[in-house]
Amino acid sequence: MHNVRVASPLRSYTAGAAQVSARGVTVGAILDDLERSHPGMRFRMIDEQDRIRPHIRIFINQREVASLDDALAPRDEVHLICALSGG
Amino acid sequence: MANTLWIGTRKGVFRLRSDARRRSWKLSGPQFLGHIIHHVVEDPREPRRLAMASKTGHLGPTVYTSSDRGRSWQEAATPPAFRKSVAGEKPRAVERVFWLTPGHVSEPGTWYAGTAPAGLFRSEDHGANWEPVAGFNDHPMNAKWAAGLRTPDGELLHSVRVDPRDARHLYLAISIGGVFESIDRGADWTPLNEGVAADFLPDPSAEYGHDPHCVIQHQQQPDRLYQQNHCGSYRLDRPSRRWVRIGERMPKRIGDIGFPIVAHPRDADKVWVLPMDGSTVWPRTALDGKPAVYCSSNAGQSWRRLDRGLPRAQAWFTVLRQAMCADAEPRLGLYFGTTQGEVWASANEGETWRCIARHVPEIYSLTHAS
Repeated sequence: MHNVRVASPLRSYTAGAAQVSARGVTVGAILDDLERSHPGMRFRMIDEQDRIRPHIRIFINQREVASLDDALAPRDEVHLICALSGG
Repeated sequence: MANTLWIGTRKGVFRLRSDARRRSWKLSGPQFLGHIIHHVVEDPREPRRLAMASKTGHLGPTVYTSSDRGRSWQEAATPPAFRKSVAGEKPRAVERVFWLTPGHVSEPGTWYAGTAPAGLFRSEDHGANWEPVAGFNDHPMNAKWAAGLRTPDGELLHSVRVDPRDARHLYLAISIGGVFESIDRGADWTPLNEGVAADFLPDPSAEYGHDPHCVIQHQQQPDRLYQQNHCGSYRLDRPSRRWVRIGERMPKRIGDIGFPIVAHPRDADKVWVLPMDGSTVWPRTALDGKPAVYCSSNAGQSWRRLDRGLPRAQAWFTVLRQAMCADAEPRLGLYFGTTQGEVWASANEGETWRCIARHVPEIYSLTHAS
């Protein structure tokens, strides 16, 4: 089980929680697990071609994720970041 | 009777509710503060139901629906999304849901959505789950019809119109791409742009590639269509396939460029436009800072300026394609919302205007609800 830190624009899906738990050995598996527990959340971050949306960034600990296939080690933390956009 | 206007803005959705005589209006909201709301549409088949096209600056696009006149909203379980691309294909992803249209009265629960980049989607369960309309999105000509010529908000599919006589007969428009027609519920499509200028194209007589800003179909006289285009305003009387440029009858110094066009719901010959400055670098503002609505009572043969009550000078607002509408009162009410966050209303078919709301965020859509 991994700790996932959730940016504020996504917290309508987590009942306001800034941290949730998710299971998976890759970033994609973590997002699939989040979708099961928080329906609708994944598509707001990942498009229908499985690409991370332009204003979303995902980090494993301090490292930015390049692909949903990136693997997690036990106790890694996932950060779902909403990059600055608009005015 | 009381009237409701839904205001979709760059930063949330608001509602205006009138008294029975449309003399006072009460603004409520915002709901979804900070969300980009492109369209809020009531289902005329079941007026307690609404659908709303939404995204945020960070998050991907979605649709919310309401079954209690907007008191509560539920997000679509499956928002509009293109199918997964296959090897060798250019992958497409919905950037924004831009347009919503309720389906035919014989198909309760059916809705259509238009997106950027240009995609057509259908829901058959009141907007909860959406499927691509493959007949358009995967049409052999789609890559040419929707060639990726973007407006500042993307390549927009809008003005989805369902013929009130026939659920299989559909129209849609792409900015930039043109107007298209289907007679088989979206299984196949043909361009419908004959007679429409496209002076920005290498071939101005092209079959497609035009820039319709707004297309409407008269609900009581469905063979009558109007179009406000990047290159003028037009009328089409089916079965003809050739649009007639009715904007040439506008005063030359005003021109016939604009975004919205609205027809009288009970008189197909009566139509209103709101001209904007389409000169040089396209300011898209009111001409000379003096906004005016123009009305034709004879299907575009002549036009009359209607500006009583509107600012006389230094008013540089823009009215977007979804931001002008009519109510259904015997003395028709007209409304438009500006990019400066004002709503203007006329309770006498445009003869006089007054501002009924100001200081809301940039208005993307203004729609009437019962």
